[in-house]
Amino acid sequence: MARDLAPDVERLLQFRDPNIRKKAALCSIRIVKKVPDLAENFINPAASLLKEKHHGVLLTGIQLCTDLCRVSAEALEYFRKKCTEGLVKVLKDVVNSPYAPEYDISGIADPFLHIRLLRLLRVLGQGDADASDCMNDILAQVATKTESNKNAGNAILYECVETIMSIEDNSGLRVLAINILGRFLSNRDNNIRYVALNMLMKAITVDTQAVQRHRPTILECVKDSDASIRKRALELVYLLVNESNVKPLTKELIEYLEVSDQEFKGDLTAKICSIVEKLSPEKIWYIDQMLKVLSEAGNYVKDEVWHALIVVITNASNLHGYTVRSLYRAVQTSGEQVTESDAVDVIEVAIKHHTTDLTTRAMRIKDIIVQDKGNLVLELQQRSIEFNSVIEKHQNIRSALVEKMPVLDEATYSGRRAGSLPAAVSTSQGAALNLSNGVAKAAAAPLVDLLDLSSDDTPAPSSSGNDFLQDLLGVDLSPASSQAGQAQKSGTDVLLDLLSIGSPSAQDSSFTPNALSKSSQDDKTSIGALERLFSPSAPSIQASSPAGGSPMVDLLDGFASGPPLPETNGPAYPSVVAFESSSLRVMFNFSKQPGNPQTTLIEATFMNKSSVIYTDFIFQAAVPKFLQLHLDPASSNSLPESGNGSITQKLRVTNSQHGKKALVMRIRINYKVNSKDTLEEGQIGNFPRDL
Amino acid sequence: NLVSTSTFLLSCSASNMFETTVLRELSGLILTRGPKLCTFVEWRGFKVVYKRYTSLYFCMCVNQDDNELEILEVIHHFVEILDRYFGSVSWTCSSIFTRKDHHSKAYYILDEILIAGELQESSNKTVARLVAVQDSLVEAAKEEASSLSNIIAQATK
Repeated sequence: MARDLAPDVERLLQFRDPNIRKKAALCSIRIVKKVPDLAENFINPAASLLKEKHHGVLLTGIQLCTDLCRVSAEALEYFRKKCTEGLVKVLKDVVNSPYAPEYDISGIADPFLHIRLLRLLRVLGQGDADASDCMNDILAQVATKTESNKNAGNAILYECVETIMSIEDNSGLRVLAINILGRFLSNRDNNIRYVALNMLMKAITVDTQAVQRHRPTILECVKDSDASIRKRALELVYLLVNESNVKPLTKELIEYLEVSDQEFKGDLTAKICSIVEKLSPEKIWYIDQMLKVLSEAGNYVKDEVWHALIVVITNASNLHGYTVRSLYRAVQTSGEQVTESDAVDVIEVAIKHHTTDLTTRAMRIKDIIVQDKGNLVLELQQRSIEFNSVIEKHQNIRSALVEKMPVLDEATYSGRRAGSLPAAVSTSQGAALNLSNGVAKAAAAPLVDLLDLSSDDTPAPSSSGNDFLQDLLGVDLSPASSQAGQAQKSGTDVLLDLLSIGSPSAQDSSFTPNALSKSSQDDKTSIGALERLFSPSAPSIQASSPAGGSPMVDLLDGFASGPPLPETNGPAYPSVVAFESSSLRVMFNFSKQPGNPQTTLIEATFMNKSSVIYTDFIFQAAVPKFLQLHLDPASSNSLPESGNGSITQKLRVTNSQHGKKALVMRIRINYKVNSKDTLEEGQIGNFPRDL
Repeated sequence: NLVSTSTFLLSCSASNMFETTVLRELSGLILTRGPKLCTFVEWRGFKVVYKRYTSLYFCMCVNQDDNELEILEVIHHFVEILDRYFGSVSWTCSSIFTRKDHHSKAYYILDEILIAGELQESSNKTVARLVAVQDSLVEAAKEEASSLSNIIAQATK
């Protein structure tokens, strides 16, 4: 239909009535857009329209020409050659025209005409130096003379700036244009600022330097209350960032991240991350920034960013110590926000490269609520295995891995009870070392816990040099309070510690390699893992209150610098106080069967030191892989108070490394006091040496 | 260049689904914006420029590369013409949009200002004149129609 009507419309373009002409012009635009081939027909009539006096016709004529140029290169050429000067003159006339009430808007005569003319000039001047030269004067005049206190004036200025930025370079004009934009940026009217930011984005490609000058104002806009302005400003800042200004800019952005609102955070985070990634001058700075971002808005950080971070960290081995430390600090301050698995990743990697770095041991990382347990668990399990293999090799490293396992998977673990709990070696085998929350699941606890020592318990575990998987105690040193701490944990949380006790003695690397292989496939159960690295110097027991039910796990490193072994070398094996707390004492009596030196029979005696009877008394123990443990049933389940009676239980331990390694065991005792569940845990390292 | 013509928020002539969806989306977007914010929003890949007159919002949807400030002027231009035509009284009651005949007049006026989304006439005097001409045409036609029916009525008595 357009084709059919085109000739008519063409004719009407020259009709005597200007109203018809103008409508015909607009109609032609439509036609030309629909059928670009017809454009040539309209070139000539359109050109003649440009000479009109009637504003309406002129307006529409200009519009027609603009669209013709867009549609047809031929038209563009034609208009450029023939009409540019004419147009410049028309614009001059309009700009200089006296007051005409008919067309006046805010003191400017026909701003619409101004704007249309500027637009056409833009199209004509783009890419053509001559045409651009033609217009320089009038553009300068418009840019400087137009009043900008009203919207109409600003609209014209805006169009003018756009034109200046698009035509061929004339640096004087460009500076003018950017200054106008700078003025816009400080305008109180949000519309103007928005428009300016928009324009600046385009201007960047043309003249970065000039835009950089306005950087502070732009940064201010990032913090504006208007969401659209914030977005624009952020994009602009992102484009402005380069090596020289990346540090201060990032600093500002991160500061803002802390106070920005939710929807914006995601955007902001993404931008910061990519800036930092691309432009960080030094790795250490990169890591710093990333950690800050993560602690502020960890949830918003995408996975790829994480991975990239990890890659960088792994490659910068000298920074590992630093990284791990900062991560720790970050985790500390942010509580629930840091994702464990990634922290674990990093640590694991860090540990790999750190052989004797003592500072690494200074790290502690807190546990965090597992948000996606399953996911994390698998990863962490894997990590822990890797960790263990690492630890094997690095005998001086002490690391504590804490794994939190939901007790969901009781069934899987029930098989690993009591008997031969592969205590040490791999965390994955920590399936066996599941410290179920004794409080909630006392009886049903399928796994044996290895208890971490409080420092006032056994002094000598370090001497044994065995590595264990151990559970983390709750908050304090004393088992009693550990109960309290654990009582606060959610019933399904299970903590697992991997404590590797490094000591200078030869008693280390108790990990047997084959221990590793086993459980990786086995326990595809959910494990949340935490890692803690101890500081050997401070028996650092951190009382951290569980945040919203998430268990904070602290590892107590009671092993300072390897206190001496209480060695008993005599053939007679004296009884030892295996474990003692304010409420309980456990004695072990040893005997060996003749001809079977590897097996030790232990009679455990439990005594109640408090004045309340204990009921539902259950004793559990776990040993490292090289040992085999068998528990006979206990003599009774209730322990009278104040030593009025005792419970005995027989244990049988077989030491495959008899002579090379001493026995070591972790125990866990559950009982009820006044129907309240209580849990005590400990590690026994004071076995006579040659058992 | 301009893509579509403006939508009157109070116009209830929701003749098709698209129009209602558009109205709903835009009203949700625009009505929630505070007074100090800039009056452009991004919507469906376009820009929507709106201007508020007490209780009335005029929105124009334009391409990404159009001059928003100019659009604001266009809106104001239109509103001024409307104002001049209907007299300031009808503004406050917004009766332009609730009375049916006024409603369609508003669209006529719009047609004189914009065609196919392009600005047609920048002189409000001219537009006023054209609309007046149109009005008289309409009046004449009505008269003719009624006189015709008179004649017919007479003839068939």
